[in-house]
Amino acid sequence: MKSLPNVRKYHSQVWSEPVIMELGRKGERGILIPEAEDAIKTHVGQIQSLIPENMRRKTAPDLPEVAQPQVLRHFLHLSQMCLGMETNIDAEGTATMKYSPKVNEALVRLPEMAEIHPCQDEETVQGILEIIYKLDLFLREISGMDHFTFQPPGGSMATYTNANVFRAYHADKGEGTQRDEIITTIFSHPCNAATSATAGYKVITLMPRKDGYPDYDALKAAVSHRTAGLMITNPEDTGIYNPDIKEFTEVVHKAGGLCFYDQANANGILGITRAKEAGFDACHFNLHKTFSSPHGSFGPGSGAYGVREQLSKYLPRPVVSYDGEKYHLDYDRPDSIGKVREFHGNIPAVLRAYAWIMSLGAEGLVEVARTSVLNNNYLTKMLEQIKGTKRYYAPGEYRLEQERWSWEKLTEDTGVGTMDIQRRIVDYGLQSFFMSHHPWIVPEPFTPEFCESYSVDDMEYWCAVLEKISDEAYSDPELVKTSPHCAPIHLVKYEDLDKPDKWAITWRAYLKKKGKVILERS
Amino acid sequence: MNKKLGLIVNPIAGIGGRVGLKGSDGEEILNRAKELGAQPEAPRRTVDALKGLVPMKEDIELITYPYEMGEDEARKCGLSPIVIGEIKKGETSATDTRNAAREMLRLEVDLLLFAGGDGTARDIYSVIGDKITALGVPSGVKIHSAVYATSPRNAGELAAFYLGGKSSEVRLSEAEIMDIDEQSFREDRLSARLYGYLKVPYMKRMIQCAKAGGCAGEQQALNGIAADVINNMETECLYIIGTGTTTRAIMEQLGLKNTLLGVDAVYNGKLVGSDVNEAQLLQMVEEKKAKIVVGVIGRQGYIFGRGNQQISAKVIKKVGKENIIILATLDKITTLKDAPLLVDTGDEEIDKHLSGYVQVISGLGERIVLKIEY
Repeated sequence: MKSLPNVRKYHSQVWSEPVIMELGRKGERGILIPEAEDAIKTHVGQIQSLIPENMRRKTAPDLPEVAQPQVLRHFLHLSQMCLGMETNIDAEGTATMKYSPKVNEALVRLPEMAEIHPCQDEETVQGILEIIYKLDLFLREISGMDHFTFQPPGGSMATYTNANVFRAYHADKGEGTQRDEIITTIFSHPCNAATSATAGYKVITLMPRKDGYPDYDALKAAVSHRTAGLMITNPEDTGIYNPDIKEFTEVVHKAGGLCFYDQANANGILGITRAKEAGFDACHFNLHKTFSSPHGSFGPGSGAYGVREQLSKYLPRPVVSYDGEKYHLDYDRPDSIGKVREFHGNIPAVLRAYAWIMSLGAEGLVEVARTSVLNNNYLTKMLEQIKGTKRYYAPGEYRLEQERWSWEKLTEDTGVGTMDIQRRIVDYGLQSFFMSHHPWIVPEPFTPEFCESYSVDDMEYWCAVLEKISDEAYSDPELVKTSPHCAPIHLVKYEDLDKPDKWAITWRAYLKKKGKVILERS
Repeated sequence: MNKKLGLIVNPIAGIGGRVGLKGSDGEEILNRAKELGAQPEAPRRTVDALKGLVPMKEDIELITYPYEMGEDEARKCGLSPIVIGEIKKGETSATDTRNAAREMLRLEVDLLLFAGGDGTARDIYSVIGDKITALGVPSGVKIHSAVYATSPRNAGELAAFYLGGKSSEVRLSEAEIMDIDEQSFREDRLSARLYGYLKVPYMKRMIQCAKAGGCAGEQQALNGIAADVINNMETECLYIIGTGTTTRAIMEQLGLKNTLLGVDAVYNGKLVGSDVNEAQLLQMVEEKKAKIVVGVIGRQGYIFGRGNQQISAKVIKKVGKENIIILATLDKITTLKDAPLLVDTGDEEIDKHLSGYVQVISGLGERIVLKIEY
């Protein structure tokens, strides 16, 4: 292996920044907007009258009153203390922190996108409906499904939608009560288990075989007349692709169940394999992972959910249809499970994904998968050389776009664990890596993923930092255990995170827990 | 040159288990066990282990103590041991175990195979320390020490692998000698102590890990498991509630007195048997439909044969495989790594019958599919 690059020094900016609720004073304003002229007042009326009387609040909200430059200064200070996606190398596995081209941001800021409202008549939003419809067509081609909805704003909402669609299907067949079990695997994304449980299902989880592959015999033993469906990821968290996936879906179908493919992160299989051919009845993609849109569920995320024809009528409404001339919002769907989100979902994410696919074309999408897998396996070769690392499962076999690694050896040798390294990496200006979903089947885990958008230089630099931390662990373990030292926040007590009286997620809760009075600002 | 294999059997190990006495240490307990008609476990289990060594009998020199301390078991397997030392037949004690260990140390055996429980392991350790390699055949009531193979059969296999030098997978490791105070065990207080480390041949899956302790925050998971079991409880059905903290959560939710290290019986929401033994259980299941509810021993994976010998092969046979409910939190399952659940009822046929995939209750409405092996 060629030698890794030198690691640069880093120190974060550190501001002792107050909470914004503590800033400003009564009456402080950013910009004073001039009073409307009388003619305008007469014409428009009182602005409040736009809101029905019974919906108007009686007292003003207790918002901080801060002038514009102070607001800017405050939030810029906060941003300077964050490791932004675009200021460092973010190799967060399973989540695919992909670079989102800036041209797509320009598109979503166009007035044709930014200034439309979901309540507008469909005649006036034909352009965006066309984009929704066409992205649906693209994803049909990519997955083999027959219909997509973009209403779920994130991956978990898509799997929740799926659990409800499965139930509606079985209920129609008179088996809704009988089929009360969903089967998943421990290395599938845990939202499959969690959202099935939220939807009222019992959840049966399969453990892997000793070699890390999903256990077909365990699945055979688990399916029955009570099986509503199988909800799994492939490749799993480990990066291992299940080559028997067709047999998995067949055995579930044989028992009368349905199969859902969690393809939130489809980076390793885009244009290579399809859900339909693997025997799945439904699947989803996280547009904010695979299709280049910034992350964040209830913000700009999108869990595009697709189904085969027999499940199509259960999709959330409305769906976008096309009559050969015009696009429509079709609400007349009596078998629909209803709505999982207001309106049509996060349409900016749809537009970004559409633009991204258009810029790459079919061949480009395949290239994305190939590059992602190549990058990960290049990374593997470098990580193997770092003292204290260990690959788990399937020795000698290639992984797809990510891999679950372990610091078990390093921990045995030095007492430094993955959580210590995850903090120490921040001292070199890199985002903390993803360790593992719960539970830690693989001890002291970490799961890097570089997808297609990082360069060889980025990967080598990232490995150089890990190699340096490994050296530190062997020579000065305390340095790593007490890290971070160059970050705005130093070592916090993890045990306090489990104590609700120690933390607050709102200003009001903070004041209460600190025993402070809530001051009336009026 | 042939490899020297030492063999020491503590013939009374395991005698207290089935009659619910939680150990066999001390003369008074031993007499009570005998009065209750208990049979020792160690001789039969030693035979099971030695079977694994029969194919290589020409390549080993088996050295053992007279009669029930190894000679009888060896001859039963068609082996011709070199018998050393002297004992009073039928009246062996811990002193004999220690004397035998001293001889084995002097003769520099390549491996000392011993059958017993935690008490036996302590006796052996007190003599040999880390000077020679040893391996335990699990036969006692209490097996908390990691020096024991996961079953007699595995002990034999592992010994053969080690002596034959055939598998590169076998390596030496230091394994814990743990023991609990039997008196407090009988009073439902668990106080385990680490006594030291024996040098044992190691192959993943074949050695018991020292029992994993519970984790903070596990209570919620235990409550969920208990709620699941209680929600599905049938009337007119006897529930045999096994030992340990997982099953204790059920008794707590039902508001019933629980025996932490013993077996209780519940029928229509009422406690009908507290700290019952095998004979009592057999009598109960004779009259009623029954279900067995058991936890999993952390890191080891045992569901039968460790600390719950009262739920014997006979009881299991009567109740039926389909009426066994297994409980474990996800954290506990994680401590098993990729190892299976284990059964060691002393009846290989029942162990075999229990083998295969099962659904383990891991929370309210949550199941984990695990494999049982023996």
